Amino acid sequence: MSGDTSGPVLEVTDLVKHFSAGSAFGRGGGSVKAVDGVSFTIGKGQILGLVGESGSGKSTVGRCVTRLIDPTSGSMKLLGTEISSLSRRQMRALRRDVHIVFQDPYSSLNPRMTISQIVAEPLRLHKIASGTALEKRVADMLARTGLRPETSDRFPHELSGGQRQRVGLARALALEPSLLIADEPVSALDVSVQASILNLITDLQRDMGFSCLFITHDLSVVEFISDAIAVMYLGKIVETASRTALFHDPQHPYTQSLLSAAPVPDPASQRSRERIVLGGDMPSPLDPPPGCAFHTRCPVAVDRCRSETPPLVGVTSPDHPVACHLVDARTGRPDVAAADDAGRHARVHDQA
Amino acid sequence: MTALLEVRDLTVRFDTEEGVVHAVNGVSFDLAAGEILAVVGESGCGKTVTAMSIPGLLPSTSAQVQGSIRLEGTELLTMTPRQLRSVRGKQVSVVFQEPMTSLNPAFTVGRQIREVLQQHEGLSRRAAQARAVELLELVRIPAPVKRVDEYPHQLSGGMRQRVMIAIAVACSPKVLIADEPTTALDVTIQAGILDVMRDLRDRLGTAIILITHDLGVVADIADRVVVMYAGRRVEQAGVHPLFAAPQHPYTNGLLGAIPQTHKGVEQVARQRLTEIPGMVPSLKSDPDVCSFAPRCPRATQECHDHRPPLEAVLPEHLVACHHPGPNP
Repeated sequence: MSGDTSGPVLEVTDLVKHFSAGSAFGRGGGSVKAVDGVSFTIGKGQILGLVGESGSGKSTVGRCVTRLIDPTSGSMKLLGTEISSLSRRQMRALRRDVHIVFQDPYSSLNPRMTISQIVAEPLRLHKIASGTALEKRVADMLARTGLRPETSDRFPHELSGGQRQRVGLARALALEPSLLIADEPVSALDVSVQASILNLITDLQRDMGFSCLFITHDLSVVEFISDAIAVMYLGKIVETASRTALFHDPQHPYTQSLLSAAPVPDPASQRSRERIVLGGDMPSPLDPPPGCAFHTRCPVAVDRCRSETPPLVGVTSPDHPVACHLVDARTGRPDVAAADDAGRHARVHDQA
Repeated sequence: MTALLEVRDLTVRFDTEEGVVHAVNGVSFDLAAGEILAVVGESGCGKTVTAMSIPGLLPSTSAQVQGSIRLEGTELLTMTPRQLRSVRGKQVSVVFQEPMTSLNPAFTVGRQIREVLQQHEGLSRRAAQARAVELLELVRIPAPVKRVDEYPHQLSGGMRQRVMIAIAVACSPKVLIADEPTTALDVTIQAGILDVMRDLRDRLGTAIILITHDLGVVADIADRVVVMYAGRRVEQAGVHPLFAAPQHPYTNGLLGAIPQTHKGVEQVARQRLTEIPGMVPSLKSDPDVCSFAPRCPRATQECHDHRPPLEAVLPEHLVACHHPGPNP
């Protein structure tokens, strides 16, 4: 496709998506700041894990990038082409290069189409292949995603959740896109099936070389699959780093608590870990708190955090941007675990 | 250690339009006071049905429950509905997976907690209200005096699950059944709920049956683990031996299927996960074979000919497999 091939596959700058809240008659007002100034880049063949809890805005980012919803402002460059303001018609050509796999394999496939029709559809619409060439491409895609040839005449309801997710992958990758958006692709599956889908994505990525925005709430999955990781909280990225750097040196207090809250599958290490238990819930994106959005739950927050929004900048290293006032170039990350231990008792009473 | 709850040879069949479903086939286990027993398995393995048969929550019209469930020596399965009502909530209570749908949206949180206390403990409205506030405090809900008069929709998912737990422990039950209590919640919220459950066990001595598919949660909180597959126990052991030396190939498969995050980020890096090929068998019949054999890398003819008995390979470590042992 068009665009230059040496630069990043996706470059997102200051992406904002606000949904208007309240009724269609204009009452209520206010806006849900689902995504509030998000920037990141994905290099060629790179898998970026976008992690966050429910309501952090991670899926909205994925939907903006595919233009399934229109961003409020900001720039999104796909292979060097600005796509945030393209019309639907102009976007159509670029849709070859970005495809999405959804979380729910039950509702994301058309129940009235056979599997081969589902996988053939993008190839037909983009006039890539027809006739026997099309059949061959479809059969090839089914084989690559580990589906038996006889699956092609089946309907989605005849398949298991794992098989349907394979169909979703076959459809998304049929056009050999440069970028795959995977929105919680394994969250609805049992662990043994999850494993096979994660292995499959890893294999396909290695063979086909696409870049991937992998959206998930599951830290063990990003640790397994990603090259780089961005952590979102309440519409903003609070920390970005390479996989190794993030897991070795999580700097933002939210990242630290997220990592410590995810239980590891080993009783001895799980029970001896230092854990940070956050109080409270994520604030409403309708009315995000002033300053650092995390200050309402942060065990180490100081006055400055309540008034001044920390910028996302590299403090200890330019490759490891973090949005926290308390990360220091010399002493590094704040010790959240220690503060949490001391402060837990006091905080419970504070809130009451 | 005498058992608080004894489940023996529990068999549950459902009559459906497509024939009989053998949901649970001869499951037995004991639960001691103050113990946290995890029941682990994937969708459709019978873990929820096993747990729901204890307080008699299966539909009596379609479910045939056989075997024996004794709570402190008293048989629960032969109880009349009226007798069961005095057990539920008072001695055995349940926390469900969906905190969004298991509270009544039309009543305040306080009223829903009071209901249990007034019904079982005969407390006055005022005493029950005071106790409700204490219970909200016990499950660490901030500002309990204010929250007690709120409606479920005013609370977040994590808070609602705390309210569910408060209702469940209102009468200090001996057994708390928690069916995937944290599955619908975010990890930072999950950690708090698990802490509350641990705390209840430590302070009130509540025995907990935790139904889950999440091995991280099991590693965090369980004392003992029962692994179920296709309606049967395939392995049962203390949590440490189970994770250190899983014997059944299915348990090995489950543990290999999740990224081993405790081994450090370099180890996890794109290391292949173990896949369990094939699918869960249909429960339409219960033949005398190992039901895991079609998916098992260790299967031999013997596995297709006879169902392996559940036997102790080590003290307190039971496994139903002709070829037990940890994966190399």
